[in-house]
Amino acid sequence: MYSEKVIDHFTNPRNVGEIENADGVGEKVSSSCGDRMKVFLKVEDNIIKDIKFQTYGCGAAIASSSMMTELVVGKTIEEALVLTNDEVAEALDGLPAPKLHCSNLAADALHEAIKNYQANRG
Amino acid sequence: MKRIYMDNNATTAVRPAVLEAMLPYYREHFGNPSSLHWAGREVGSALDQARRQVADLLNCEPAEIIFTSCASESNNLAIKGTAEALQSRGNHIITTAVEHPSVLNPCKYLEKRGFEVTYLPVDGYGMFDLRQLEAAITERTILISVMWANNETGTVFPLQEIGAIARRHKVRLHTDAVQAIGRLPVDVQAAGIDLLAISGHKFGAPKGVGALYVRRGTKLTALIHGGHQELGRRAGTHNLPGIVGLGKACELAAAELETGSERLRTLRDRLEQGILAAIPECQVNGHPSQRLPNTLNLSFAYIEGEAVLLFLDMQGVAASSGSACMSDAFSQSHVISAMGIDPMMANSAIRFGLGPDNTEADVDHLLSILPPIVQKLRDMSPFYHERTPSRATVNS
Repeated sequence: MYSEKVIDHFTNPRNVGEIENADGVGEKVSSSCGDRMKVFLKVEDNIIKDIKFQTYGCGAAIASSSMMTELVVGKTIEEALVLTNDEVAEALDGLPAPKLHCSNLAADALHEAIKNYQANRG
Repeated sequence: MKRIYMDNNATTAVRPAVLEAMLPYYREHFGNPSSLHWAGREVGSALDQARRQVADLLNCEPAEIIFTSCASESNNLAIKGTAEALQSRGNHIITTAVEHPSVLNPCKYLEKRGFEVTYLPVDGYGMFDLRQLEAAITERTILISVMWANNETGTVFPLQEIGAIARRHKVRLHTDAVQAIGRLPVDVQAAGIDLLAISGHKFGAPKGVGALYVRRGTKLTALIHGGHQELGRRAGTHNLPGIVGLGKACELAAAELETGSERLRTLRDRLEQGILAAIPECQVNGHPSQRLPNTLNLSFAYIEGEAVLLFLDMQGVAASSGSACMSDAFSQSHVISAMGIDPMMANSAIRFGLGPDNTEADVDHLLSILPPIVQKLRDMSPFYHERTPSRATVNS
């Protein structure tokens, strides 16, 4: 039911963990199934230098978190802000239909972290 | 990679002796038992023998067995067939919140047609209160339908005591005994049961065959109308190879019940104790003692069950989820929910169902791979990193 890319990112998730003294921290909880993603950012010169995540959820939730971090590391804040949950799912070669609405929250969590970063900068 | 199947509550492999008994009925003896000619006549005795083998396991008369296509059909026939046959007498059915969908959904169907259904709640062990059952009976009650053992947690209901209550109030008793067959002694006389559903593929017979025990004199309206098979109670050409397989599996279950169950219990207990010792903050879902000998349902704090199952699958171990996250993103297991289990623990419920092919080496292999899987997922979980020391001692 999962693509090879989902299995790869689930088995060997990239950028798991947390960043001490992160420039931005954000999280998103799925109202339907309780999946929860937390994202930590290190930003330099408007570029995402480092990103880490912690996720509570199913295989799809973990894989989409991992894929999201790969998609935005090295990107500008503006580029990261336009990333959508659907693009993360596409990069994983799709997710099973029931998972699209509950476990596909990575871009939302990222945007929360960016909001927090922007608020911290004042 | 070593492949280990530990989902025997979902289905089982056909046992070699069962398959061997079935094979002649595909090519050599392919006749329709309803035919008058030689081809039909020569298979009639096989049908009779299978009926006797099923009846012997359940301690009833062969004429009290109806062959069906599966336990879902048997449960539907028992519940809807009773509702229709007894509707002049009453419209109230009592069941429990933790039944299999093939009991719950016929009940819901009947509710739309004017019947009233009481769904008895369960406690944290998945057990309901017998006093509540008795109190729910009214003069309009026509059926009590309670499972013998729960498919998700293995919790075993006290059928003898339930049977005594049903008899005292002269209410018909149906039980879905799918999970109990081959794992517990099932005696319809001792328990005072009127209707009992079984499924072949849960204990070494093939898929596509089941049976319903119907106590002599129990009025039941047929679901499938057609030919005169099964005395008009269930039309349709007999699935003879399947029925022969079901009979053989019942014979084996009767012969091996005691040793087989004890063996499963020893393996299951080894698995349970090993996991509880190696993994902090995990809990067993189900009754501590009144539980199927082969079933172990567990929850691990801070992580989701589906992720555990995926990692197990990648390492060759087939187990299943109590959380419905696998198939339906929007509903949790109705059984675990009914037990009032904390939502995070409910989300991580997974079930191991041991079977006759499992060995001590399988259990030990699982014990070596499961703790690192749980730890890997916990290391990824925000809840794990935020846990408080006081919580960390709970359940451990």
